[in-house]
Amino acid sequence: MGKIEDLEVINGEGYQLTTLDKAVALARSNSVWPLPFATSCCGIEFMATMGSMYDLSRFGMERMSFTPRQSDLLIVAGTISKKLGPVLQKVYEQMAEPKWVLSVGACASSGGIFDTYSVLQGIDRIIPVDVYVPGCPPRPEQIIDGVMNIHRLVKHEPMRRRYSQEYRHLLSEYKIEVTNAENDK
Amino acid sequence: MQKMTNSELSQAIYALFGERIALSEELYDTLVIEVASTDAYEIIEQLKQDTALSFNFLTLLGGVHYPEMEARELCVVYHLHSWKNALRLRVKAYLPAEQPSIKSVTSLFETANWMERETYDFFGINFEGHPNLTRILNMDEMDYHPMLKQHPLEDATREDKDDRFFGR
Repeated sequence: MGKIEDLEVINGEGYQLTTLDKAVALARSNSVWPLPFATSCCGIEFMATMGSMYDLSRFGMERMSFTPRQSDLLIVAGTISKKLGPVLQKVYEQMAEPKWVLSVGACASSGGIFDTYSVLQGIDRIIPVDVYVPGCPPRPEQIIDGVMNIHRLVKHEPMRRRYSQEYRHLLSEYKIEVTNAENDK
Repeated sequence: MQKMTNSELSQAIYALFGERIALSEELYDTLVIEVASTDAYEIIEQLKQDTALSFNFLTLLGGVHYPEMEARELCVVYHLHSWKNALRLRVKAYLPAEQPSIKSVTSLFETANWMERETYDFFGINFEGHPNLTRILNMDEMDYHPMLKQHPLEDATREDKDDRFFGR
């Protein structure tokens, strides 16, 4: 979990110095606002994860954001049919940078048991995924592990990554346009 | 409490339609009749309007594909329910695969609207006179009717499945 001692710091009398990158990443990683995109049984497990027993709010994720514009982490839990694919991509596009994606369960990650004409064989065919959680459905502990991995990514992400050519190239592979101030110049 | 038995129903139907019933049999306690696809609408209309039979409810409408049956590959099945007699009846009409077209029953049963759209979506059967015959469940970009047996059930783009283990 985030403590200022985790960072590389210079300690002085009454002050502490670190880089802005690290301080911002620390703040971000401890206040990730998730957007649950839950379609089936993995969604039920995710609800259990949110509940008081497993309590996702311990990680600064108290507030589920049901609007993509105000969330940082897209949690896709469940089977995504091909008809739903464009909707999911639209939701992803509407999220503000920086954004992360957690794919929960076999269906979201690979289509799972639904090897059929109507089901999208993994959401990574339409949006980039940061962390995959295996299981059918995964237990809340696994989902929490996935979230912790997201936190690790958030904490170590360079601030300028989202402006890089590599990032723009990555999204162009999914036919998603990057629109932020830096790239628009 | 059943007010009419299947044999009584069978007699009543033969008295009404006679030669127009191509085949009738009892399957799983339900009477099944086969009619010509051009005649299906009128027979269903009469079954609904007949005061004694009064098949006032369409429980289900669906399609079947029998690729081995020549010139009658496709079948439209109507499940009718008579509340008055507490009795059900299945009506089957066969269609050729080249021109699968049958008159829509949406004017008799509003509920047939979505069921006919579904049957069109999955089997490509054209329901003449349907107010909005478009795909209902599959995505609009789909260019085939997936329940026809010449199309594979599996997703063709899947890479992680090995034939040796998954028996494709």
